[in-house]
Amino acid sequence: MDKTVNQKAWFLVLPVFLVVAFSAILPLMTVVNYSMQDTFGNNQFFWNGVGWFKELLDPSTDLGGRFLASLGRNLFFSAVILAIEVPLGIVVALSMPREGWSVAACLVILALPLLIPWNVVGTIWQIFGRPDIGLLGYTLNSLGINYNYVSNDFDAWATVIVMDVWHWTSLVALLCYAGLKSIPDAYYQAAQIDGASRWAVFTAIQLPKMNRVLLIAVLLRFMDSFMIYTEPFVVTGGGPGNSTTFVSIELVKIALGQFDLGKAAALSLVYNLIILIVCWIFYTVMTNAGADRAAKQGAA
Amino acid sequence: MHSIPGRRIIISAFLIFLLLPIYWLVNMSFKTNGEIVSTMTLWPHQPTIANYMRIFTDESWYSGYINSLKYVLINTVISISVALPAAYGFSRYRFLGDKHLFFWLLSNRMAPAAVYALPFFNLYSAINLFDTPWAVALAHCIFNVPLAVWILEGFVSGVPREIDETAFLDGYSFPKFFVKILVPLIASGIGVAAFFCFMFSWVELLLARTLTSVGAKPISAVMTRTVSAAGMDWGLLAAAGVLTIIPGALVIWFVRNYIARGFALGRV
Amino acid sequence: MARIDLVDLAHSYGGNDAAPESFALKPISMIWRQGGAYALLGPSGCGKTTLLNLISGIVTPSRGKILFDGADITPLSTQKRNIAQVFQFPVIYDTMTVGQNLAFPLKNRGVPKANIDARVKEIADLLDLTPYLKRKATRLTADAKQKISLGRGLVRSDVAAVLFDEPLTVIDPELKWQLRSKLKALHRELDLTMIYVTHDQTEALTFADTVVVMHDGRVVQSSTPAELFDKPAHTFVGYFIGSPGMNIVPAEVSGREARIDGHVIGLHRNYGVLPSSARIEIGVRPEFVDVAAPASGLLSATIERIDDLGRIRFARVRVGDAKFNARVPPGFSIPDNTAGLVFDPGHVHVYADSILVEGIA
Repeated sequence: MDKTVNQKAWFLVLPVFLVVAFSAILPLMTVVNYSMQDTFGNNQFFWNGVGWFKELLDPSTDLGGRFLASLGRNLFFSAVILAIEVPLGIVVALSMPREGWSVAACLVILALPLLIPWNVVGTIWQIFGRPDIGLLGYTLNSLGINYNYVSNDFDAWATVIVMDVWHWTSLVALLCYAGLKSIPDAYYQAAQIDGASRWAVFTAIQLPKMNRVLLIAVLLRFMDSFMIYTEPFVVTGGGPGNSTTFVSIELVKIALGQFDLGKAAALSLVYNLIILIVCWIFYTVMTNAGADRAAKQGAA
Repeated sequence: MHSIPGRRIIISAFLIFLLLPIYWLVNMSFKTNGEIVSTMTLWPHQPTIANYMRIFTDESWYSGYINSLKYVLINTVISISVALPAAYGFSRYRFLGDKHLFFWLLSNRMAPAAVYALPFFNLYSAINLFDTPWAVALAHCIFNVPLAVWILEGFVSGVPREIDETAFLDGYSFPKFFVKILVPLIASGIGVAAFFCFMFSWVELLLARTLTSVGAKPISAVMTRTVSAAGMDWGLLAAAGVLTIIPGALVIWFVRNYIARGFALGRV
Repeated sequence: MARIDLVDLAHSYGGNDAAPESFALKPISMIWRQGGAYALLGPSGCGKTTLLNLISGIVTPSRGKILFDGADITPLSTQKRNIAQVFQFPVIYDTMTVGQNLAFPLKNRGVPKANIDARVKEIADLLDLTPYLKRKATRLTADAKQKISLGRGLVRSDVAAVLFDEPLTVIDPELKWQLRSKLKALHRELDLTMIYVTHDQTEALTFADTVVVMHDGRVVQSSTPAELFDKPAHTFVGYFIGSPGMNIVPAEVSGREARIDGHVIGLHRNYGVLPSSARIEIGVRPEFVDVAAPASGLLSATIERIDDLGRIRFARVRVGDAKFNARVPPGFSIPDNTAGLVFDPGHVHVYADSILVEGIA
């Protein structure tokens, strides 16, 4: 499938380019502009050069301390939820019923959390986890476990993580399920004839056939967890203290809370840069996998 | 061979885990605040629909739903219509900067909303779109358009190139080919892309809240109002929450037979 | 290596209680010789893949038994049956090299590494895969992939039988022929029982020394390719094999005479008096009916068209309501649309309710 070179194709992508450029480039230019200035309110701006960036990366300053701490928390959070959601999603996908009405039922229930507005996800867990009116909080406390996500750091973290697992494991599971569905029966039959164990079937057939969707799943989950804002904001408000204040929450606090536009803009740029780099790595890996696949099809 | 030992237990446990918090929300929505605060009951002992009645009769509540649906629909239509030709372009042709453009598009899907909240506020205020559904719909394009391009590109690539060539030989003009042949062929892909656009626009709060104040306030922003001086109105909050789940649940129900294919994004 | 006995074997996907006519495989009993090259031939939906999957153990039969060398293996799983199977679409393990693919079945069975390496090398040589051993299997062509699938079966020294499920479907036409000869050569060399499922008669007739023809869940004939041609045991075999297929026409038969349209055709055998309730037909291959100039002793027919197949010409003729294919002898020119038909009595067979009736010589 060699694509033909045709510069007129630009006309086809032009609308997309304009829409996204309008939404991405213009605002980003504002951000760059702000990031080098300081304001004392009243729309008065002063040139600050790379001052904010220096401060941002210096843990001894207030801004740097807050940014690096939230960045650390966020990376830890992303690592934890990837470590839970990816294996769990695979297990759930492997546990899906094979046929009948129960398949549709399972799929519908799995997809349900994905279509709940994010703040409502927060609300659901806020209510569910409260020790006074929530089933989870009440049950844990009556079992003698002193659980309160408002006052205890660990409980707050546990709640935010369980909430994310609740919210997003389905995405991983559905992607994996789609990958598994594409494996022809002959593969399982051949593996049976070859005497493969259950584990060998998983590693030799299912995992390789899922690797593409898994890559998408990991990318989406990493990015979305790295940008997480609404759900923890509703449940914990970033607390207790700053224990669940992730980068986005910190950013919104600075930008919309304190209207510290310069600091917020500098933070935004660094934040965006990290995401761009991670995205690039994934994109490269993915297009390589794609090229691999194309080569395969070409040969077949 | 497809599945693993104990799969019934695993899948049942996971589904219960998913449903339990939702059940609790539904349960609360049918309770009075008195019952919620005073006793722990597994189901409403004095069921009431007062919370729902308040939402349906109070304009500031139900207009929130209408506002949300407005910008979600506008966004879905814009995203799909600009993404379709682009998906075709990326799938069929090579052109200057195509790979970089594609990456740049995708990277926008990953851009944190928090970064854009403030600049968007300035931008849409400047062009007098602030507090209209259009502002939110356009803002959501930043992540939905790239996603739609990506999904549709997968589906277009699944259509053999010979079909294009045959159509052109048969004297179809490009627009006619696009509408009469390509679009029907990738109808399921368009459905999948629309589903994802709907989904991500419907669930987003930060931008929707930042870009509206009164006239176009989305339901999710209205919900934050239940925190009042008199404490939380839990029953009302729960009822509003349940009502935000329903559109999503309906959409899923309609596409239930395509979910598996949909999540493959046309590219497994 | 084994002899395979099927004892009263039957299968229904609807379970054992399903109506007998709905069985995908109706009860059969037969013996597959050790070292035989068999082809299972029939149109799609005739039950041939079901039968193959029963032998490999992918499907458990509703009824009956399967014996390998006299031992009942019906309850055994596919793993324990020691069979190899090549599927319609090549199955290879994407992440592994060709060598790892070939070693996979042995590794799963805990064979020592040194033995695995030796055996993989041996099989790779046999299949001309040695240059590719270190290559990723996904990058190879479809026919190489099919060889790998086959190789994974052959590496096990204990394979009882190799089963092929339409293995050449995705292979390019010119490679089909090569791969088929390779299979034949392997069969001679390794003395393995091979069962080859196909709906393509050329593939079946060139590969197998015994062709098992299936129709509607039943085995209708199991014999050499020559016999399928000369003496079809069922009218289905008659018209399914051969191109064009056998002429089958209703007739009245008694003693050594068959009557079509009032005209008498002599038979080589004596059929006595056939039961009147049965549907009686005679079958004769187009190769054994010649078109001739109309004459009083010949069955007269109307010629509808002539098909020139290069080496041979066939005429499409009509006798009353019955349609016939008949050979046009070289150099014969047709004066007009009417002709007489000359039958070779040695090759006219009689069928009662579609089944061949053996007359008395």
